[in-house]
Amino acid sequence: MTRGQVAVFVTCVVDQLFPRVGIAMIEVLERLGYSVDFRERQTCCGQPAFNSGYRDEARRLARHFIDVFRDAEYIVIPSGSCTSMVTHHFAELLPDEPAVRELASRTWEFSRFLLEVTRVEDVGARYEGAVTYHDSCHALRELKIHDGPRRLLANVRGLELREMDAAAECCGFGGTFSVKFPDVSGAMARTKIDSILRTKADTVVSADCSCLMQLQGAMRRVGVGVRTMHLAEVLASR
Amino acid sequence: MSGAFIPVDRLRGTIADSRLQSAIYTATGRLIEKRASVVSPEALPDYQDLREQAHRVKRHTLENLDHYLEQLEANVAAHGGRIVWCDNGKEVADFVLGLARQRGANLIVKSKSMTTEEIDLNERLEHHHLEAVETDLGEYILQLAHEHPYHIVAPALHKTRHEVAELFSDRLGVQHDVVIENQTLTARRVLREKFLAAGIGITGANFLVADSGAVVIVENEGNARLTSSAPPIHIAIAGIEKLIPRAQDLAVFLKLLGRSATGQPLTVYTSFLSGPRRPGELDGPDEFYVVLLDNGRSKLLADAAKRESLSCIRCGACLNHCPVYRKIGGHNYPGTYSGPIGAIITPQYRGVMAHPWLPFASSLCGACAEVCPVKIDIPRLLLDLRSEVVRERSGIERVAFRAFAWLAAHPRVYSFVTAMAARFAPRGENGWLRRLPFFARFAALEKWLSQRELPVPARQSFRQYWRSRS
Amino acid sequence: MNREVMLQKVRTALGRKPGEAPGSPPPVYFSRTDRTVEQRIVAFTGALEALSGHVVRCYSREAARDTVNAMIAGKHAIASRSSFLHELQIAAEVPEAASYREACASAEFGITSADYALADTGTLVVLCGAEESRLVSLLPPKHIAVLTLSRLIDSLDDLLARVPRAADITSSMVLITGPSRTADIEQILVRGVHGPGEITVVLVDA
Repeated sequence: MTRGQVAVFVTCVVDQLFPRVGIAMIEVLERLGYSVDFRERQTCCGQPAFNSGYRDEARRLARHFIDVFRDAEYIVIPSGSCTSMVTHHFAELLPDEPAVRELASRTWEFSRFLLEVTRVEDVGARYEGAVTYHDSCHALRELKIHDGPRRLLANVRGLELREMDAAAECCGFGGTFSVKFPDVSGAMARTKIDSILRTKADTVVSADCSCLMQLQGAMRRVGVGVRTMHLAEVLASR
Repeated sequence: MSGAFIPVDRLRGTIADSRLQSAIYTATGRLIEKRASVVSPEALPDYQDLREQAHRVKRHTLENLDHYLEQLEANVAAHGGRIVWCDNGKEVADFVLGLARQRGANLIVKSKSMTTEEIDLNERLEHHHLEAVETDLGEYILQLAHEHPYHIVAPALHKTRHEVAELFSDRLGVQHDVVIENQTLTARRVLREKFLAAGIGITGANFLVADSGAVVIVENEGNARLTSSAPPIHIAIAGIEKLIPRAQDLAVFLKLLGRSATGQPLTVYTSFLSGPRRPGELDGPDEFYVVLLDNGRSKLLADAAKRESLSCIRCGACLNHCPVYRKIGGHNYPGTYSGPIGAIITPQYRGVMAHPWLPFASSLCGACAEVCPVKIDIPRLLLDLRSEVVRERSGIERVAFRAFAWLAAHPRVYSFVTAMAARFAPRGENGWLRRLPFFARFAALEKWLSQRELPVPARQSFRQYWRSRS
Repeated sequence: MNREVMLQKVRTALGRKPGEAPGSPPPVYFSRTDRTVEQRIVAFTGALEALSGHVVRCYSREAARDTVNAMIAGKHAIASRSSFLHELQIAAEVPEAASYREACASAEFGITSADYALADTGTLVVLCGAEESRLVSLLPPKHIAVLTLSRLIDSLDDLLARVPRAADITSSMVLITGPSRTADIEQILVRGVHGPGEITVVLVDA
């Protein structure tokens, strides 16, 4: 039985730094009966350029993205920030192109795809551990993703979900913000780490790799041994 | 964009000051909780509708501001008051000085007003030997200490009781006392004399009501009521953007302001003042003036895309929720206004290039927009300002982004280049680097590494894995 | 001169002509609650007591008079020119106009009535005029307000629906919600900074 085809946009961070997240996402989708297509011409959605004020450069990448995924029925992305770039900000870069709005309707953040399109809350995963969930800012505030990942995690066998008090606070990544204002960014990460430690969880999970990169890098610097995992990796675990 | 413009040392200093960090984080944390409890769906079911209404009323008012200014003027005059039109701070000071001289007033009492901070009114008045006393407790403390407010709503949040005790014994000659209640009583006693002796009372205004010719002031202490009722002259100074069309619109704005600022459904006192005392009234000022200040607001008004910045009702919620403000505090922002609202209006008032780093001092988390009672889209405005900054200045960063954009629009080259980078990248420990090899000492990477370890490119990228699958 | 220049700056910024009519503002937005008198009393009492105010319910005018007189016995108390207070025979002097300020500044208790009370928030609404004034509820460190239940309405929305433009009748309408307070030093709450630190509302049946 096949549910149909899904095109994945893995994001440049996953492609180059954390490919295992892309691999995990594909495993989950294939297990659910989808045939997955990775269009090799994909690169970057343009968010770093857009957030740094370089609209022309971002527009170029937006056009490239539209072109690559022109006729994909579903585009699934393991990142809240890249998804919101496509669904919310492409329209600012290309206000007069109808293709943009139409593209937005086919583009899905991974957890929302599972819950709203596939309509599953239990993907048959198993992960033994105490997990705390970090809400990435774009996912939470632009895509209104909050309960969804928690429901998915609640159905993972052996997983104990613990809520941290600062779950909705920014991790401090913010793209180039992390290198333009490293002291502030680092201080923000350490506040999150304190909150994570208070839960005594052994794993912190998020739907965005850039947040995990920020948190993992900061935790390693201060010698905190909490593991970071992307939601897709947890859901792929058996 | 050159990093040389970022006040790195000052930011680092603030972050390293653990007492200050604790004070800021705790105070803002408390305000966050208080707000949350009174805008929850249980406490205020139509909170989102109220925000939308407030946004629309402000937008309509700003779009027709000249009309409402004229209406306000007519109604103020009808009730025996007078509008004073001031383009800038000097004109405000000249008016106040002129009036004080004419009436022989040497002592002025003031209640809290960010607008008067903006124009350094106290300094100007003191320069001409008028005593202008701040009567809001926090502002009074700051005045004695010769400091600027740290936060829109909690101006002295960075001061401890010990610092206040020192200040009071030093400047007021009272016994050194660290008990906060006693310190408050001291201030009450000293300031009461001032209220009753002052020749002029100067307040700000939270709202100017066009259909009533009225000034609305919200507060918790009672000093604004005293400032506007005890002296024979009341001057209310407000930016032109403070207008709302109808008294009945206060049903929306008063519901949002107290809750967003301090978690209070209503502040202790809300005064609705229109004109000097009327025949038959036993007290109240003999003269009533409303000073309308432009000071650059018409410039912001002209930019339709950013005009909504003027909708701000100065609640401070964006400051409280901003993870950056909660680390760097109010004194690290240039200009009068700090936090997210400061980051969007100061560049508009002074020109983006005055502080080109300011719009970038944000992770774009969106917490501010989520809590703004009038729905100002602060992240969108920050992004607009960022693109204005980079348009003014080109540097290595533009070259880098342009090169990356070219690369990413040419997938085969992209695949090749990234594969090469991964091949020659250092291995690190479990895929993480503690320090940079000599050939990779780029400033951006150094800055990353100053705070955390750096992930190295994966040996096999996802696209390489996918290739190998088929 | 400044007026014209400033208005013109605004008009230019907006692309509007002098005298150009504005579009219609969004319609006024009120929230509505509907409570019985008893529910209002409960809400008002709960709200004001949460702020450390006091509420006393008196079922007759005599009871109200006795309550207030007991509170102020032997203390320096002044009353506003409220005709209602006069009818109740509260034993407090009504200061002369000439010494009004000094009386307010030296009294321990200031006694007033109120035009309305808002149940939602525990708020008193006082409009200045022939009967009420500003300083009597502001200078003395203790404030007592006596009013009939007929004045107790639900909320600010109701007030604004009933009194759409207070400016037509008074130079000052003040909403008083509990005792004066500040948390400016270390966020520690202190009451009675400039305004009264104690407030008591006496609600009388008729």
